Amino acid sequence: MSADDLTPRQTEDVLHREVRAPSDESERGPGGERLQHAEAASKPIRADAPREPQPRGAKVRGNRPIDQAEAAERFLAAPLHQKAHDERLWDVRRKRDVAAHGIPEWEELRELASQIKTHTLTHLDHYLEQFEAAAKANGVHVHWAEDGAAHNRIVLDILKKHGAKSLVKSKSMLTEECGFRHFMAANDIAVIETDLGERIQQLDEEEPSHVVMPAVHKTRLDVAEVFARTLGTDPDNDDAHYLAESQRETTRPLILQADAGLTGCNFAIAETGTVVTCTNEGNADLSGNVPPLQIHSIGIEKLIPKVEHLGVFIRLLSRSALGSPITQYTSHFRGPRAGTEMHMVLVDNGRSERLAMEEFWTSLKCIRCGACMNTCPVYRRSGGLSYGATYSGPIGLIIDPTFNKRKYSTLPFSSTMNGSCTNVCPVKINIHEQIFAWRKVLAEEHRIPLLKQGMMKAAGAVLSRPAAYRAAIQTADSALRVLPRFAVYNPANTWGKKREMPHAPRQSFHAWYRQNRMKKETDA
Amino acid sequence: MSARDAILSRLRANRPAGDFPLPEVPAFAPLVGDDLVAEFTERLAKMGGRVEAAGGPADPFAPVRHRLNGAAVIASAVPELSGNRDLATVRKPGDLADVDVAVVRARFGVAETGSVLFTEGDLIVNSVAYLAQHLIVLLDPADLVVNIQAAYRRPEFGQAAYAVLHTGPSATADIEGVLIHGAQGVRSLTVLLLPRGVLPRGAQEA
Ligand code: SF4
Repeated sequence: MSADDLTPRQTEDVLHREVRAPSDESERGPGGERLQHAEAASKPIRADAPREPQPRGAKVRGNRPIDQAEAAERFLAAPLHQKAHDERLWDVRRKRDVAAHGIPEWEELRELASQIKTHTLTHLDHYLEQFEAAAKANGVHVHWAEDGAAHNRIVLDILKKHGAKSLVKSKSMLTEECGFRHFMAANDIAVIETDLGERIQQLDEEEPSHVVMPAVHKTRLDVAEVFARTLGTDPDNDDAHYLAESQRETTRPLILQADAGLTGCNFAIAETGTVVTCTNEGNADLSGNVPPLQIHSIGIEKLIPKVEHLGVFIRLLSRSALGSPITQYTSHFRGPRAGTEMHMVLVDNGRSERLAMEEFWTSLKCIRCGACMNTCPVYRRSGGLSYGATYSGPIGLIIDPTFNKRKYSTLPFSSTMNGSCTNVCPVKINIHEQIFAWRKVLAEEHRIPLLKQGMMKAAGAVLSRPAAYRAAIQTADSALRVLPRFAVYNPANTWGKKREMPHAPRQSFHAWYRQNRMKKETDA
Repeated sequence: MSARDAILSRLRANRPAGDFPLPEVPAFAPLVGDDLVAEFTERLAKMGGRVEAAGGPADPFAPVRHRLNGAAVIASAVPELSGNRDLATVRKPGDLADVDVAVVRARFGVAETGSVLFTEGDLIVNSVAYLAQHLIVLLDPADLVVNIQAAYRRPEFGQAAYAVLHTGPSATADIEGVLIHGAQGVRSLTVLLLPRGVLPRGAQEA
């Protein structure tokens, strides 16, 4: 089937017909039906040959402000990558909508999740002490790290005590934040990522571009090239099954031989001292259950009070992230295996300072689902690496400046302020308002160019009146499918240079959402 | 001051003003109908797993016999079937890398999601549920709970050193969204609905 054969119903979901793949290789269920669980696309999306070189991320020059728009330009100049990326993430966003609408209490769950998080964050000293006591009672060694460097030193220390030289790990944004891999490489510890996407990125010596799908900016041709270069696979074979299998076969021996395993943490339960991880590959379970030494790195904001609260977050996380009702594996690590040691490292790295920032502390509620990234028109069209930071997309715009105000001073301007990120956030972080608040802070501190200050004033005028804001967007033909026109053609906007906008829908997000939602309800 | 005390005192000093009570989590109405087995079966299928009714008394394992027959190494953690790899004598978890099929029993299943739960006691060696190529899971239909909320009321989460919900096999779609089973862990997960305590006549040879 080619894109031209699509029925009208199918075409209406397609942003870019060029990346609509003619054939479908995804797994099938018992009745032959196409499966869509985990991070699977709901339809085949493929950036076709001829091969287009992968656009690389932002140029990072020490402390100098990141030029996100420059990197975005290069991403846009690679149309196959850009379109496949846009299509893929929009598809995940749509899967999320369907999953959310399948639960009548969705909004109630979001409110509960938000309240549980704000409560825990405002009583974090108490819950951390409770967690520590429970973990110690379970026979776990508990460590505290004030920053990323301390985290890395603590882990290195544990490894040295055990004579460990290699470590397998599952995906963890916290360890990215700490520069863990680079530190360990400098200390002669072999670190092996076991999540497929993260492994691709490690082999290509690139940072993850997305919190849930680390290699989502790469096409299969890019992966084939990386694997041919690093794993010795056939450079002409870009079959996704072949590539994934090659990775499985080459990673498995490394898992079996590893001296230690490390996982991140999605949720930490104060009551029981449990670390919870959510993965689709089962690689956190391999990292935690195969090597003789087990380490879990925990950002202190991951705490929740009790097991009963976990249910609220489990129901929200995978649905928000991928539109899947649950991840394939939801793993609860509470105590060491017989004869082995379990270590938990509680890491602050700026979180306790962020708590004092009146306008920004609620960003600590984030459960790293990536929904705000998938829905963001700027992110979808520029790729995660263009942000030059550990966290990209809307959540990145509001937490990156807390790590380095100068370096990330331009990021809060990489937004069209459409508010969709706030609408999809499962823990109800007022993301777009915080983006605006950051612009104000940065302007007051004269950290931003005059051009952008003017832009901000205009945005401020409409943002102070929500009705006017919506009207402004409406008249500007804004929608999420493509970049809103006001963002594109506003000459004061770095986003406004010579971008051709295909079929800009004549709808604002609110209008679009209302209509879309009603359509879904009548469909059901 | 220790890192611990420094972090805790900063958290106290920086605590946002205001009252933020812990909300009550209400009991949500189940989203599944009364036929929990049917709901479980349908939902697990969507997650890439399979559900089979047990065979007759002569061979409860009949529906998965082809899988067992094709396996060179079978590790069984259940009394209903004896494999040819004794989990009780495994020296290190990595030694199970050659297991073709692992047979384990779930503590309970979750109808709303199609998940099954294992603890370290059920798996004997945790790694077997990931290193095996294929996983066969025995589940007593009486052990189905209605939803995730009910699952988290179970005592295992406060007792087990390791508790894990499996919802289908290991999966990835990290390459262009193409769904692939057997990313790092098992390539397939089949649930066999077999009540507890129904030991077949004699030992079931694999
Ligand atoms: S800010 Fe909200 S939507 Fe974005 S990653 Fe965090 S939890 Fe998800």
